[in-house]
Amino acid sequence: MNQYRFWPNTSFTKIYVISSCVFFFLFALQVPTLSASSAEHDLVKGEYLARVGNCLGCHTAKGGVPFAGGRRLTTVFGTFITPNITPDKETGIGHWTEEDFWLAMHEGKSRDGRMLYPAFPYTEFTKISRADVKSIFEYLQSIPAVSQVNSVHEIPFPYNSKPLLFGWRKLFFKQGVYEADPAQSEEWNRGAYLVQGLGHCDACHTARNEVGAKKDAAVGGGQMMGSNWYAPSLYSRKEASVIDWRIEDIIELLSSGVSKHASVSGPMATVVQQSLQYWSPEDIRAMAVYLKSLPDRAAHGSARYPEISENAKRYIVQGEKVYEKHCQDCHGESGQGVPGIYPALANNRSVTLPVPLNLIRAVLNGGYPPTTHLNPQPYGMPPFQQLLRDEEIAQVISYIRNAWGNRGSLVTVVDVDQGRGGDH
Amino acid sequence: MKLFILISLFSFTLNVNAERSIRSAVPDTMTERVRACTICHHHGDSNQERNTYYPRIAGKPEGYLFNQLRHFRDGRRYHQPMALLLENMTDDYLRAIAHYFSQLDIPYSAPELINLKSHEIDLAEKLIRLGDPQRNIPGCSSCHGDTLMGTAPYVPGLLGLTSAYLTAQLSGWRSGSLIRGQVTNCMSEIAKQLSYDEIIAISRWLASRTVEGEVQKVLPLDLAKRCHAIFPGGVVEE
Repeated sequence: MNQYRFWPNTSFTKIYVISSCVFFFLFALQVPTLSASSAEHDLVKGEYLARVGNCLGCHTAKGGVPFAGGRRLTTVFGTFITPNITPDKETGIGHWTEEDFWLAMHEGKSRDGRMLYPAFPYTEFTKISRADVKSIFEYLQSIPAVSQVNSVHEIPFPYNSKPLLFGWRKLFFKQGVYEADPAQSEEWNRGAYLVQGLGHCDACHTARNEVGAKKDAAVGGGQMMGSNWYAPSLYSRKEASVIDWRIEDIIELLSSGVSKHASVSGPMATVVQQSLQYWSPEDIRAMAVYLKSLPDRAAHGSARYPEISENAKRYIVQGEKVYEKHCQDCHGESGQGVPGIYPALANNRSVTLPVPLNLIRAVLNGGYPPTTHLNPQPYGMPPFQQLLRDEEIAQVISYIRNAWGNRGSLVTVVDVDQGRGGDH
Repeated sequence: MKLFILISLFSFTLNVNAERSIRSAVPDTMTERVRACTICHHHGDSNQERNTYYPRIAGKPEGYLFNQLRHFRDGRRYHQPMALLLENMTDDYLRAIAHYFSQLDIPYSAPELINLKSHEIDLAEKLIRLGDPQRNIPGCSSCHGDTLMGTAPYVPGLLGLTSAYLTAQLSGWRSGSLIRGQVTNCMSEIAKQLSYDEIIAISRWLASRTVEGEVQKVLPLDLAKRCHAIFPGGVVEE
């Protein structure tokens, strides 16, 4: 039971244990038809892997049928519209073979040999093993076929040109299945395989250059492509590195959406809700072990802030008044928050990130951590743009970034306005 | 020895109590969980309730509230602030929130002070009570109840709302922008038959009424079928 010790005393654990028992009981009964059972087992594995890779996160329109595509991904290069990956022969991938699917996942090429845009993260999926790709394919072929025609990508010149995509691939796409590092444990390698491959974490947690390729090492931080959020670096103590965290706390945050020290928001909340909460205890632990091992590369250097001027002090004092009136009730007099419910603001890295975008979005739009098995009824933050003027929001954020030992740049009305818009 | 055990026990209890007092600082209630909702949907502050655009949701039928919440989340009813708040919530949590607000029994604000002209009153009362059979418009009260307090569980009450909100919703239905992607929707069909003068008269009349009466229990079958989109899966159970 050791692997369940982070999920104690919850009805979910009980359900999990009971359903496992039921599953084994049924399995035992079906010994005579072993081949059918093992095919079923492959489908269960494929379904699980599709969850881990969160295929439906992109391949489902808002409020639409799962896997039928139609979601619009708006980027600086244009708008991508995700395809239907249900087994419908006309509008989905019903006529694909396993080899076709492997080519798409591993080489980033469509069935007709067309090069795929890297909005489909084959740059990460190339690391997935053939066996896992096969399981995912078989699962996708087993779900109900949905006839749904999605519109074509809206990609203007020059980004729609084949030679450009060809060149991009030559420069930035390294094809190849994940190779285990023999110096590391099996658990670490499993974590690396999931983070770098199927989990495609660095599709977001990376800085990108002008042509959308990863700028720094993988899982560095950067403004998210097509989303008005900043994905913090997993390689920086100042951002989202978990090098100093206990493994248990990493697991708690990733599987429930909240922990004593942090809660996930924006696109990461969606990832926890749609995918991470379903990861097996072994896989989520492997991921935590790998993430904790990532070295601190301080991708953005250490920003130095000058002494706060008299003008800035007056600005910040205005922010303090707003804080006392609207924020203090939940986040506390000294920004201490309430663990697992209202995040502490003192000594909180997402408050002092060099790019204040996520904090601005949190104040403008509010939001709830994801609803998960472990946290079915989360507490939430009100959308303060309904109540406060942009000036007040800029002031209170500047105060929070410079109170209780925090240090961060001041935020202006223009910054606040730029925090509007975008999905999530 | 006895003293030692007593002291140990006592300090243990103290520790437990200390831990509890930190946790109990945040009540484990739905009221606390929906604070993100109630900064706009004011409750218990009649002045604010009357002066803002945001509708009162306390006491609305549960199924209606659940439908609105999932439509906001899934992009069928468009209001970006609502969509962002709800985007990572499950149906179960939305149902719990809908249940909470449907059960909330707090006094209504005084009605809006509106000087209705007599022709406005005639126009509004005729449409609300009788509708206009020639244009296939049923009276509002045939679905929203004789009291206009709604019909459980899917049809909302029309009283206790501001004229600005009512006008905006009816106009939204009329232009097809309120609930997107639902091809056959009774309210959209009805609102498209109304002129803007009629919409304004109905909204002003409703906003000026004192709120009283009970929620109606049963929706007539022919009207339920006409409005099947409000039922789960769009299917009316006979």
